[in-house]
Amino acid sequence: MAGMAGANGECQNRAVLDQWHPLGAIDEAEPNVVHVTRLLGESISFAVTPEGRSAVWRTRGDLAAGMPVDPESVAGTLPSRCEFLYVWTSLGDPPERSFDIPEFFEPDRRNFNACTIGLRTSAPRAVENFLDMGHFPFVHDGLLGSEPRTEVVDYNVHVDGDTNEVWATECQFWQPAASATATEGQMVDYVYRIMQPYSILLYKSCPAAPERMDLIGLFVQATSEEHCRGHMFLSLIDDESSIGHIRRFVQTIFAQDVPIIENQNPKRLPLDPQAETPIRSDRASILYRRWLSDLGVTYAVIPAA
Amino acid sequence: MTADPFTMWHPVASEHDVPYRHVHHGQLLGRELAVWRADDDFVNVWENRCLHRGLRLSIGSNDGTELRCQYHGWRYANRSAGCTYIPAHPADAPARTICNRTFSSVERYGLVWSGESPVGDPPTVDVLEAGTPFGLRNLPVDASVELAVRHLQAHRFSPCGRLDAEAPEMTVDGVSDYSVALTARAGDARSTAVFFVQPVDSGRCVIRGVLADAPPAGEQLAVWRHHAIELDRLRVVIEAEAASLPAPEPMVPMLQQVPLHLAEVPDAPAGRQPALRVQVQRKWETAAGVAAFELAPIEGVLPTFQPGAHIDVHLPNGLVRQYSITNGPGESASYRLGVKLEPDSSGGSSCLHETVREGDVLAISEPRNNFPLRRDSNRTILVAGGIGITPLLAMAQALDRMSLPFELHCFAQSAEHVAFADVVDGLGGSVVRHLGLSPDETVAEIRRLVAGYESFANLYVCGPGPMLEAVRREASAAGWPDEAVHFEYFKNTNEIDNSSTFEVALARSAMTVTVPAGATILEVLRGHGVIMPSSCEQGACGTCVATVLEGEPDHQDVYLNDSEHRAGDRIMTCVSRAASDRLVLDL
Repeated sequence: MAGMAGANGECQNRAVLDQWHPLGAIDEAEPNVVHVTRLLGESISFAVTPEGRSAVWRTRGDLAAGMPVDPESVAGTLPSRCEFLYVWTSLGDPPERSFDIPEFFEPDRRNFNACTIGLRTSAPRAVENFLDMGHFPFVHDGLLGSEPRTEVVDYNVHVDGDTNEVWATECQFWQPAASATATEGQMVDYVYRIMQPYSILLYKSCPAAPERMDLIGLFVQATSEEHCRGHMFLSLIDDESSIGHIRRFVQTIFAQDVPIIENQNPKRLPLDPQAETPIRSDRASILYRRWLSDLGVTYAVIPAA
Repeated sequence: MTADPFTMWHPVASEHDVPYRHVHHGQLLGRELAVWRADDDFVNVWENRCLHRGLRLSIGSNDGTELRCQYHGWRYANRSAGCTYIPAHPADAPARTICNRTFSSVERYGLVWSGESPVGDPPTVDVLEAGTPFGLRNLPVDASVELAVRHLQAHRFSPCGRLDAEAPEMTVDGVSDYSVALTARAGDARSTAVFFVQPVDSGRCVIRGVLADAPPAGEQLAVWRHHAIELDRLRVVIEAEAASLPAPEPMVPMLQQVPLHLAEVPDAPAGRQPALRVQVQRKWETAAGVAAFELAPIEGVLPTFQPGAHIDVHLPNGLVRQYSITNGPGESASYRLGVKLEPDSSGGSSCLHETVREGDVLAISEPRNNFPLRRDSNRTILVAGGIGITPLLAMAQALDRMSLPFELHCFAQSAEHVAFADVVDGLGGSVVRHLGLSPDETVAEIRRLVAGYESFANLYVCGPGPMLEAVRREASAAGWPDEAVHFEYFKNTNEIDNSSTFEVALARSAMTVTVPAGATILEVLRGHGVIMPSSCEQGACGTCVATVLEGEPDHQDVYLNDSEHRAGDRIMTCVSRAASDRLVLDL
């Protein structure tokens, strides 16, 4: 595969190597056991302690998948942290802090991983789809949108000067069933926030607490340039719905996106402005593509010439 | 290979791959294709990629006239592949140059032929020309074309009528880089088959066999089955050899860049230049005093139009007139116009009625849409006065095709005065005719129609000036907001006062000009080399609009509505002037 990868497909892009990347939900990893996954073209192993501490290392023969292990005794580990429900690692020189989600620590929130889904497309294509409202009536008909309410009202975009995160604010869309608790259609307010090249959060008006926002995150693990795993992070104010009910709702929506984003050509996100045709409602994705270029991201994208 | 495969015609699908309302996913020389048949039997061969976000069009839907992308619902027209609708911005007309990449297509011998940049015509084969070609089952093979063609020369099958023949005599009648013709004989029975090999990729191909003569109806299934079995044997042999060879590098098709102006803000179309030449294919009387014209392209494909769009027709007498396109979605082979003979014609309608005839060539502009149709309404009311039905007919057919609710109210002197009655009839119960009403009765009827405004309703009206005024007045009185009432005047009957003198500053061009009495802003700017689009040049069509940054416009147009006039942030440069000493325009 062409692009920013070595002979064996491993990533050589400093801007991506130095990021924190998610590997899996802490809760879903059996403690003190070796788990093997892929990241940026390499095989990566991790283990967590019952207390929620982690170790991550490049996969090696003496620690095969499923073997018992004491994470704190593994030598030659990569940087790792357990944060916001997931085990994170970096194959480069990561920053001290990744990003902040202050709402996560509010006592009445339910925080959980809704699902982890493998995708045959690049991580930025998955992020861009998550950022897009225009497809709701066509891909999520009856849930997040419905014809003929197809209009995307103009919204604002900016890059935050302090955190260098991409924000899309004052987004609105008419939705017939915006959440697992919705019973009728409504205009829903959205705010999008892209914290890292492959991590995005959505703040959405909360039916149970009108003055607060529900958070839905898509933290994407780029397993290769054209494959990834999407971890769906939820932080909700909803003490009525069962977790199973919410998970089913979110997984239904995600499953509707899969055949769309797996049928985009090319799979890597093109950063050349002339590769595709944007319209006004794509201002967030235009800014995302430009921001990726400015960060020097060349992995899982087609850089502008 | 002797010939360049990129300049050759190749089969890309078989007839049975492209039934109505289906989209076939094809591939040629590494490039993915979306192949689909419109209801008028035109077979479209397009790059399998929506220009917007790269989605495969082969997972879109074919409604018989347009292909709709599955991701954001963008609609692309039959033949031209031009975008006709972008649902995310239902109030805007799409930039007409948004157009997917198309490839030539010809149907021949039950196959759809296409190519990257094919030269000349698709191949003709004498034995198929003389016979009654009968398509065999397609055979996709994981091997190069060269391997397939080499093994095909040793392919064996039995002739029709003697499918049980033990050892038919085989002859190779012809071989080219991409085809093999074989004849099988057994006793008196003989069958000739031509096998065309479609280069899918460097290591993949599809063998598309055609028998020269169709077997009798009762034997066709058995013949099909016989060839399917024999070809499958051949596939096993070819693929076994292919597997023993190093896998060739896949072909990487070049994806075209979109033009720079589409990557950013679309350019406005420039000037009143007649871009196209069309031929009057048909002219007929569609209603009392109304002539209909079908204008077909002299070569190539007509540009995409949207409901509400009009074209400038440059008449043989030098006049330029605007007419709405009445076509329904996907009716892209010609533009259909309706022209009413105006009793006080200054030479436009009389020229079309009296001078222009079938076979004549006319110069026309590309379609422009200053009367776009929203398709996100709960209720759409279309009010047509007389010949004002023309843009509304295009809208009604588009809504009808999308199964969106609408009412089309046709006001006319009598049933004989309703233009395109056959099309109107086809819209069934959504049409209400209001015939022979007096002016007072018309106003009362309009009042009844617009009573009770509800959110997500839109009203479109086109007709004579007094009727438009009545609709706007009654709708406003019934609580309709200006932005839900859309209108198109035929002409501006206001007395234009061009006696003022003022300055116009262009913010972006850093230029200041003086507009003297008797000249228009448009004329003066053009005189200074500023390229401005225009169409009617009488303040009715909206093409020459400019954004006002400073100063107070003196509006004299009928295109903008009252609240848009009050806002004062846009001006029709062909008739409107300045009420202040100076205007600053965003040009």
